[in-house]
Amino acid sequence: MSMTLTEKILAKASGRTRVDAGETVWVNVDILMTHDVCGPPTIGIFKREFGEDARVWDKDKVVIIPDHYIFTNDKYANRNVDILRAFAAEQDLPHYYDVGTERYKGVCHVAMPEEGFTRPGDVLFGTDSHTCTAGAFGQFATGIGNTDAGFILGTGKLWVKVPETMKFIFEGEIPPYIMAKDLILQIIGDIGVDGATYRAMEFAGDGVMNMDMEGRMTLTNMVIEGGGKNGVIEPDDVTFDYVRKRTDYDFTPLYNDPNPKYHSVRRYKSSELEPMVAKPHSPDNKATVTEVKGTQLTRAYIGSCTGGKITDFEAAAKIIKGHQVGVETYVVPATTLVREQLKTTYHDGETLWNIFEEAGAHMGEASCAACLGGPSDTFGRLQSEEICISTTNRNFPGRMGSKKAQVYLASPYTVAASAITGKITDPREYLPVEAVHSGTQTSR
Amino acid sequence: MNKTIKGKAFVVGNDIDTDQIIPAEHLVYSLDDPKERRFYGRYSLSGVPEKESGLPKGGIPFTEPDKFESDYKIIIAGKNFGCGSSREHAPFSLQMAGVEAVVATGYARIFYRNAVDGGFIIPYESHDDLLDHISTGDEVEIDGELNIIKNITTGKTFPLNKLGDVIDIVEAGGIFKYAAKHGML
Ligand code: SF4
Repeated sequence: MSMTLTEKILAKASGRTRVDAGETVWVNVDILMTHDVCGPPTIGIFKREFGEDARVWDKDKVVIIPDHYIFTNDKYANRNVDILRAFAAEQDLPHYYDVGTERYKGVCHVAMPEEGFTRPGDVLFGTDSHTCTAGAFGQFATGIGNTDAGFILGTGKLWVKVPETMKFIFEGEIPPYIMAKDLILQIIGDIGVDGATYRAMEFAGDGVMNMDMEGRMTLTNMVIEGGGKNGVIEPDDVTFDYVRKRTDYDFTPLYNDPNPKYHSVRRYKSSELEPMVAKPHSPDNKATVTEVKGTQLTRAYIGSCTGGKITDFEAAAKIIKGHQVGVETYVVPATTLVREQLKTTYHDGETLWNIFEEAGAHMGEASCAACLGGPSDTFGRLQSEEICISTTNRNFPGRMGSKKAQVYLASPYTVAASAITGKITDPREYLPVEAVHSGTQTSR
Repeated sequence: MNKTIKGKAFVVGNDIDTDQIIPAEHLVYSLDDPKERRFYGRYSLSGVPEKESGLPKGGIPFTEPDKFESDYKIIIAGKNFGCGSSREHAPFSLQMAGVEAVVATGYARIFYRNAVDGGFIIPYESHDDLLDHISTGDEVEIDGELNIIKNITTGKTFPLNKLGDVIDIVEAGGIFKYAAKHGML
């Protein structure tokens, strides 16, 4: 019988010729990623279980990227980074990206592809739920807890229940005012925040395959908001180009067999898609922008692993250029590389950095920042009753700080247009006419 | 599973995410240091909006503000309990607060995995929505052999789903103990 892409990767990783959805298998891990919030407890568990002098199973396969609580005076948060630093030194880990050095990266899920750790056909576990982002590269990638990560550190193995796959197909060209974020908000609104629990979500169709890697990553990033175990997209030349530019690692891409057994298949006509938001306080609380147009805001936020990549800022800059923001607007590049790119990428003869700065936005350092609230001195954190529109991925109560705040999730286009007017605004009002009617989306 | 768990129930609704179970600002405490780790018990479920904390009435703190442990030993919840982040601090905080089991109609998978592999709490699933049948403060008892939960206060009994694949890990007390038992370490 035919296997899905996810089944094929798990079969390979468990040394078997086939696996079936529903089975529990032990897999060999290609990469384990951790960060400053979950790294220290993972290290604690590793030492408790394997001994103070234990060595990690394979130091080339361990990646540690501090990103969550970086620019804060919180003493406990800073202590976490000290623990990572000491562990990386003790274990002589080559893939540690220390704060305050040139190696510092920022948000792990964007740094992982940048550094060539997201490889087709491989298995990646990370102590962060958005580890699923890497599925955009045709990798099996999912989030785990500290105990599982401590277990992997010592053994290089973990048990996985093979998930069924839900397939989402977007047929036809994506309209130029629609971004990947609109697609995934639509899907999550349709299936609910637990609609894909225990399952893989596969994205396909020419609407998806014509996207660049960053657009694809926006889709897979948010499968966890549908409860999914992993997201996956079949690799193609766009994938190989991206990965080969960043690593010499010899990967083996895998694909779906012909006609594998899916849990379900859903088809969307790309041309019918609308700019979407998720209303407070859940990512599945969907509405079209048209339905909530005019809702008063007090803040706009562009950043995070899902909405702080360079193409996200290119999109936002296209709309904001030449305007002033009407509400407090925070721009937080995901990684130090993206922050660099803001200064070297031009739109209409001006750098993106200048466009945002001249519009009156607050420019941040690369990190997770207010995406998850964090210590009270975190850049952009919602401290009380703000109403924020954000390119991030979660809007549960208190997610970006105060429980009193309200968060709307939307695409960079919609957030940028709304930042200008101070109300939820349809990006079509600001995009050049040709972009609305024909034209191509920002892509590379 | 021949374990019986008896205690007061604390009832919450659907989609209780990890930020509600333990808000991100509290993730900075050490999980090993005996003094510091108690704060996870203090702030457990502190992110649940007030009116939904302790249903059906609401407005009931899970852990009293000056305490590190809760009076409630069993959490009753709706669907998708533990959705959101992968933080293991979530099941850990419940354990620190003194919780032994959660009974929900469904779980987010990372939370479920963490609860089992870390041996923190037992995540039971019930087919019926117990929100209509159990109130915060009711005395309840879980019988792990018969797979039932009894509301002692009202005398009613409800079936629980069998633990399934993970029962061996739950019985061993976590993935490390399981692996040791099976000669994997
Ligand atoms: S940017 Fe937000 S969602 Fe992404 S890893 Fe950081 S906290 Fe998590």
